[in-house]
Amino acid sequence: MSASSWGQGPVVNGKPGRRDYAIIGEIIERGAKVLDLGCGDGLLLEWLKREKRVEGRGVEIDREQVQKAIARGVAVFQSDIEEALRDYPEGTFDYVILSQTLQETRAPVKVLREMLRVGKRAVVGFPNFGHWTVRLAHLWTGRSPQTKLFPYEWYNSPNIHFLTVTDFELLAREQRWKVERRYFLGQGGTVKRFPNLMAELAVYLVTK
Amino acid sequence: MVVETKFARFDSITLDSGVALAPVEVAYETYGTLNAARSNAILILHAFSGDAHAAFENAEGQEGWWDNVIGPGKAFDTDRYFVICSNVLGGCRGTTGPATVNPATGRPYAMTFPVITIGDMVRLQKMLMERLGIERLLAVSGGSMGGMQALQWAVAYPEAVAAVIPIAATSRHSAQQIAFNEVGRQAIMADTDWNSGEYYDGPKPARGLAVARMVGHITYMSDASMREKFGRRLRGKNEFGFDFSVDFEVESYLRYRGSKFVERFDANSYLYISKAMDYFDLSAGHSSLGDALGKTAARFLVLSFTSDWLYPSYQSLEIVRALRSRNRDVAYCELTSNYGHDAFLVDVKEESELVRGFLASTYAEIAG
Repeated sequence: MSASSWGQGPVVNGKPGRRDYAIIGEIIERGAKVLDLGCGDGLLLEWLKREKRVEGRGVEIDREQVQKAIARGVAVFQSDIEEALRDYPEGTFDYVILSQTLQETRAPVKVLREMLRVGKRAVVGFPNFGHWTVRLAHLWTGRSPQTKLFPYEWYNSPNIHFLTVTDFELLAREQRWKVERRYFLGQGGTVKRFPNLMAELAVYLVTK
Repeated sequence: MVVETKFARFDSITLDSGVALAPVEVAYETYGTLNAARSNAILILHAFSGDAHAAFENAEGQEGWWDNVIGPGKAFDTDRYFVICSNVLGGCRGTTGPATVNPATGRPYAMTFPVITIGDMVRLQKMLMERLGIERLLAVSGGSMGGMQALQWAVAYPEAVAAVIPIAATSRHSAQQIAFNEVGRQAIMADTDWNSGEYYDGPKPARGLAVARMVGHITYMSDASMREKFGRRLRGKNEFGFDFSVDFEVESYLRYRGSKFVERFDANSYLYISKAMDYFDLSAGHSSLGDALGKTAARFLVLSFTSDWLYPSYQSLEIVRALRSRNRDVAYCELTSNYGHDAFLVDVKEESELVRGFLASTYAEIAG
């Protein structure tokens, strides 16, 4: 694993803000059974299906995104994430992916628990609210932080549960989940030191 | 291109009721070309009052009932796929039904026609596919009752179908759907011209059948689409007539639709086919809907429409959830439309996009 390998490989990597796709592409092995929660227009699943021959399923609430995904040939159904998880029996998937959506869920811990029920492993990527730009923005402006990672006004943000790298580590410890792998991405690529301050995006591979 | 309806004849078909119907004939049309590998065939399944004429124009200049989605470059692209549509068993548009002459008596079957099921309709379609040399269909698709047949295909012949696209359908009728069908049947049977089904030598039960169709049309539309189409506009007058002739546009429309329907549809077929829909329960013979659908091998694209109150989205979702519980390959989308149940026939822009993409990816997968 190197920073450069995130730069090439998945074509989806070029899409701004979805750099975690590349990491996810590295984690998931060929032919795995994958559920992508909040899969958007199905870009990641399409790529995983083509490159990794995964058996992919997606969930997305936004109708227009669902339409794009289906037109791509991805098995996506229009549903709320929590509701979608409920229908699946235990251990249906090898991986359940939640890419940059955790901060938008109403009950994040419940979602994570459900992910670990229906899947053997959970892949969770989220924007780090502890990044220094966020801290500075808040400190300097005295307003809800608006940064590249969190570009919204407080009133139109889809994000309702902000979390940092440290927050997630603490939660995992508290819930006794095993963190198998952790990836931190900053502006220049991989973040090696002070991830809670320097990582823009974090991706965790978690098991029960 | 002018298309014509073709016919296939079989010695006999054994029905779900155990009765053998012999002989049996099925009317069908085909569009496009079957490829050498015989892997590009799509079977289109029509709704309650449809027929085999699904696309293009026939010799009478009539456009097919789903011409807006079947054709060159359309959702069911006849440049790529070989598309087949047949009239259902029990129908009155060329396939054996109650109006067909019973060879044993020399008279139309009328009410001696055996009760048929959605499963029987699909069995006859399977016989037709075998006759056409098609072992495995790329896809089966239809709206409403066509969607029920598509689901039945997936469960009855899992090896014979790669993709299933049920649109505005259900795995079984609700009390409300059965209720509307029963009103239609009672309207027909209350017409004295119905004569216990023996009307083929005399006047047809036209009033009863027309009323049945009027009820049907109301259920196919939505409050919004009726408001938009008719509102309270008067028909050819500025004031109420203060009699019971046609006042409102909507009355005129329903009467027109009712009378047009009588010209092309057989009242006894109405009874038989509506009964088949009411009897249909995909989970019958299985411990649950999930159990029934768990045996399928196809990919599914399930579609419903926001304003469809006759086949509401929750019914599509039941199918989707059952498939999901068995981790079957299923895509689902509820499309926005004001057109009610008719949306699958008239509001086809988004529907087409989804079907096109879904078919293309299925075809690519099959071709490897």
